[in-house]
Amino acid sequence: MAENKKSLRYEFTKGIIKENPVLRLVLGTCPTLATSVSVTNSIGMGIAATIVLICSNIVISALRKVIPSKIRIPAYIVVIASFVTIVQMLVKAFVPALDDALGVYLPLIVVNCIILGRAEAFAGKNSVFASALDGLGMGIGFTFALIVMATVREILGSGTFLDGIDSLTKLFGVTSFTGFHIFSQPIGLMTMAPGGFLVFGLVMALANKVAEGKGKPKAELKGCAACPMAHSCALIDTDASCDNSGRESETE
Amino acid sequence: MIAIFLTAILTENFILCQFLGICPFLGVSKKLNTAVGMSVAVIFVMALATAVTYPINQVLVKKDLEYLQTIVFILVIAALVQFVEIVLKKFIPSLYKALGIYLPLITTNCAVLGVVLLNIDKEFNFLQSMVNSIGGGVGFMVAMIMFAGVRERLESCDIPKILKGLPSTLIAASLVSLSFQGFSGVVDGIFG
Repeated sequence: MAENKKSLRYEFTKGIIKENPVLRLVLGTCPTLATSVSVTNSIGMGIAATIVLICSNIVISALRKVIPSKIRIPAYIVVIASFVTIVQMLVKAFVPALDDALGVYLPLIVVNCIILGRAEAFAGKNSVFASALDGLGMGIGFTFALIVMATVREILGSGTFLDGIDSLTKLFGVTSFTGFHIFSQPIGLMTMAPGGFLVFGLVMALANKVAEGKGKPKAELKGCAACPMAHSCALIDTDASCDNSGRESETE
Repeated sequence: MIAIFLTAILTENFILCQFLGICPFLGVSKKLNTAVGMSVAVIFVMALATAVTYPINQVLVKKDLEYLQTIVFILVIAALVQFVEIVLKKFIPSLYKALGIYLPLITTNCAVLGVVLLNIDKEFNFLQSMVNSIGGGVGFMVAMIMFAGVRERLESCDIPKILKGLPSTLIAASLVSLSFQGFSGVVDGIFG
């Protein structure tokens, strides 16, 4: 029992630092770069992705014995897309400002590799409860990485911190706090694309440094190895057996 | 029309300005020939996906089912890619050999779903959507090829240990995208 408890805690905590999806596994780079312009956007994106991750992990894990393995990827995509649509409608209804800020990246959670990746690597094989914890941990890890990057980019790029947070906190009835204004002549470039790549590179270098100090291997780009479609991709040397056969029989 | 095309390639480049399709950008840009193969496949699928999803979207709008967009589009794109793969394999094996391996990857490429959703967001008509998609694909190709060149250089450089690998790649990407920032306003200057 004690061991069981410990392993459950491991499933939860591993996503936050040890297997941080963004900084260690290099998954979901597109939304990371695009939404880390301000801390408020990052928190919103992080929460949205976490909700989708937990819900889809629970459903996929519950259905793992029902879904035939050959058509599992299309099945996973449908489950994920449904939850993304639900989250999208909720955000539109309750936090329209966030919907405007995130724009096309909100529906694009569907193709976020973190979610399909966790479904394929974890939820398809483990119990419902463990999958939910895994989803929560990974979601928090994703949010954490987003917030770290957004803090740097927002302070340097806009001269503010937590600007526009009232659009989120007003859900809980708090509207007085609207963020700090730190200085008035920011480096606008940091909020644009080059700043995103630069900060991401530096944060990852820092994460590598920390990992090295603990004797862990550094984050490596395994091409698209972490991507759930990797098996069907001949660019890396994996056997093209499972995914390819699954996808082919889908339309046969 | 030309303005849309040039905007999609230069000022709103998918990779360098909009952060769509970063995974293949980082994963496949190591060698020039794979970068070209991937880009051609992306242009092809983007154009096809737009051509197919545009009429579907019209039906969804008419029936008040816009909220189904995400689910329908991703399924249509996945099925389409699979279908194209089978057709190419059967009828044009030479093209299949060149593009085949990239096709399954593209299903989960956010640039493809992204361009379809952006076309709807911007309320483009059919022709404008097609031009925007093809321009976006060409822009993807330009960025991939440029960056493949940069990375081949980067491989042989002496860089600090903690920056080796991915961090230095990202910083190089930052500089490449910085150069693309120089295009902002160019298209408006010419056509506006």
